Amino acid sequence: MKAVLMAGLAGLLFALGLGIGGMTDPAKVVGFLDVAGDWDPSLAFVMAGALGTHALLRRLILRRKQPVLAPTFPSLKQARVDGRLVGGAALFGIGWGLAGYCPGPALTLLVTGGPTVLLFIASMLAGMGAFRWWESARASGALPHARSG
Amino acid sequence: MMNTFLLPLLGGALIGVSASLLLLFNGRVAGVSGITGGLLTPAAGDVGWRAAFLGGLALGGVLLGVFLPRSLGAPVVPGVGATLLAGLLVGFGSRLGGGCTSGHGICGVARGATRSVVATATFVATGVLTVFVIRHLLGGAS
Repeated sequence: MKAVLMAGLAGLLFALGLGIGGMTDPAKVVGFLDVAGDWDPSLAFVMAGALGTHALLRRLILRRKQPVLAPTFPSLKQARVDGRLVGGAALFGIGWGLAGYCPGPALTLLVTGGPTVLLFIASMLAGMGAFRWWESARASGALPHARSG
Repeated sequence: MMNTFLLPLLGGALIGVSASLLLLFNGRVAGVSGITGGLLTPAAGDVGWRAAFLGGLALGGVLLGVFLPRSLGAPVVPGVGATLLAGLLVGFGSRLGGGCTSGHGICGVARGATRSVVATATFVATGVLTVFVIRHLLGGAS
């Protein structure tokens, strides 16, 4: 129960950070990506603030043997860079640039964002579901199999 | 000045603290697409924290609407078709690439993971290209 409450608190803080940083305004996100237009550097400062803070704190946190409310820290083995990573990130970036929403800000706007955000979220979940279907179809051999990492 | 520099830095720091809390208490990476995607294949004992994190996000959005309403900008996406396409690409692409702006862009890059640096460079590049095509080649209103 404590773990669930802490996750909820983390989500709440995350949303407030996005909002204060301007990332719940898609015009600012698209403004950052619009390098040939009236460039808005906000997102770069949000990234810098988040990276600096998290890079520092995670080093302190990982001195512990285990998380406070869980048995182990995530084991993130460094897999190699492959076509799935680059292809997935490329598709993600196109959608991000098109709408100015990525998953965090979109879900932050779930209640307050209106019909466009709801449509985006529904479509995003459909995209995630489509990925699951595609994965399992490939695994079962129903789709042609390109060798990947 | 305040709006383009200090507030984004402060907001970013809050996001960094949030990701650190999730690591410290739950031993989890704050990747929003991964947290969401995990709910589509619910495993016993793995649903609560994910749902709570996403609920916290939405609650945060409600608080922003009350206390900082100007932070909630209007949509810029050009039309329903573009909204649907953007959602599909963000959903499918983030799962295929193993992360999004938070998981790769913040947590992964903060860890110094090569994969996350490559993913972040890639999605910023295709995002820039997409906005360039829409705004400057097609002259769309987005």
